[in-house]
Amino acid sequence: MADAAITVEDVRKRYGDKHALDGLDLTVARGTVQGVLGPNGAGKTTLVRILSTLLRPDSGRVEVAGHDVVRRAREVRLRIGLLGQHAALDEELGGRQNLELFGRLHHLGARRARVRADELLERFELGDTGRKPVRSYSGGMRRRLDLAASLITDPEVLFLDEPTTGLDPRGRAEVWSAVRSLVGGGTTVVLTTQYLEEADQLADRISVVDHGRIIAEGTADELKALTGGDRIDVVLRDEGLLGAALALLPMAKDEVSVDPDRRLLSAPVTDRMAALSAVVRALEEAGIQAEDVALRRPTLDEVFLHLTGPDDRTKEAL
Amino acid sequence: MSTYALTDSWTMTRRELAHWARQPGQLVVGLVFPVMLLLMFAYLVGGGREVNGDYLDYLIPGMLALTMAFGLEGTMLAVTRDLDKGVIDRFRSMPMADGAVLVGRSAADMLQSALGLAVLIGVGYALGWRAQGGAGAFLGAVGLLLLFRFAMLWIGILLALVAGKPEMVQAVQILIWPVGFLSNAFATPESMPGWLGTVVEWNPMSRTATAVRDLFGPAGQTDGLWPAVVWPLVLLAVFFPLAVRRFGRMSR
Repeated sequence: MADAAITVEDVRKRYGDKHALDGLDLTVARGTVQGVLGPNGAGKTTLVRILSTLLRPDSGRVEVAGHDVVRRAREVRLRIGLLGQHAALDEELGGRQNLELFGRLHHLGARRARVRADELLERFELGDTGRKPVRSYSGGMRRRLDLAASLITDPEVLFLDEPTTGLDPRGRAEVWSAVRSLVGGGTTVVLTTQYLEEADQLADRISVVDHGRIIAEGTADELKALTGGDRIDVVLRDEGLLGAALALLPMAKDEVSVDPDRRLLSAPVTDRMAALSAVVRALEEAGIQAEDVALRRPTLDEVFLHLTGPDDRTKEAL
Repeated sequence: MSTYALTDSWTMTRRELAHWARQPGQLVVGLVFPVMLLLMFAYLVGGGREVNGDYLDYLIPGMLALTMAFGLEGTMLAVTRDLDKGVIDRFRSMPMADGAVLVGRSAADMLQSALGLAVLIGVGYALGWRAQGGAGAFLGAVGLLLLFRFAMLWIGILLALVAGKPEMVQAVQILIWPVGFLSNAFATPESMPGWLGTVVEWNPMSRTATAVRDLFGPAGQTDGLWPAVVWPLVLLAVFFPLAVRRFGRMSR
């Protein structure tokens, strides 16, 4: 791809016997948001650390913003921003002091570093934090400052490694809106996440990683289509009637998934309206009361399970 | 080293100075602790020590050397904290000069140690102790102490990079205390059982303390000087490259 911001070819990284990355390929077009989705231990963080020059690959080729991450690490560092899994801030210093410190280390010079710090504090609504040390910030504030720090130089490529892990819903919403505001500015974003909803919300394209390689790639819709289209969900009043309802449904029995905890039956459908009326009629005739009957697109969770198979490790992560 | 080596190192040093300004309490506690040790040994524990001449003449150089040795803890703690918070990852992902993180650390720690020496020497003067060797000898003594501290600093950086977590510093504290006290800081090796005396004499810290005693004493005594120069240089020759290599290998 001529306008690729990131090119990763056959990259391998091993820790002892464990292959953290096992021949991973990835191309990210300029100005897009690339989601990297996978369970814990899939290799997401290793990938981000290699892309951001913190870690050398054992083999393979990696180019970021037009430069090789191993041979021209410095050139890459001039053009990237990194938001790691854990806030990479000086906890003793205040927000402004942190941003000025990083600005100076980006060689902005004292005055421009100060101006830039002000801009970013304003933009991420941290202008009133004063000299309060980062230590006393809330999780969401800390993450916003961390994000501001990774944007000091308006990077061409921004890496977000599980940006909302450990945040409460409010903090997550704050980070999401901050990320959305970046897109459109031309920044290329690589976002790793365990949350399927997050990739769905923010990413243009999603790569699903498992065991150190990409196992599927596409838009959220394309990935959802992989599991075979729409589904119908039926939630019953009475858990005891799940078996009876299952026998009634006008679908192949091995395609229907049963979740007793949620009193839920779920089945793939082809003709949406026909399936809906057939299910409702069958339940009515048998006198089985349904709390809810709904048609829906498959969730990325289902896509993920479909792709990775019933692996214990992925089940645990999900 | 890039053209930014100096400015980046200075920026990193200033970061440490900003920490002091933020938390002067920590700095003050670090400075007062050796003073308390000094007072304790001068008047409580070691008051009756049999050494030639005034015990303060013996004790103060020992305390100065001990303070330099214990500086290792402070270095290690600061580096492990940075590692633990991930802030070193941010530094490493920025286009700053390669050595600036470590140079900034050493500059700040050396400054703090110089300050520590000044406070201890000042307290010594208040107690009536006097350096008797003249300005050249005085500067020589301070130079040897800082050289020893510099060696401890790089051992501290290496240990921090190996240990990684701040919790590990406690384990090292348990190790460094015996090293500090198995020295001639408070008592002469002659007053100890034979084998212990040998250990104490070989302790690099003892060599520094002995040389500093000579230099602060009435002029003339300089035969103990060379070990106090050579030992720290040997330690540096071993630990400086190891620490730098270990830091570079964070990308492995």
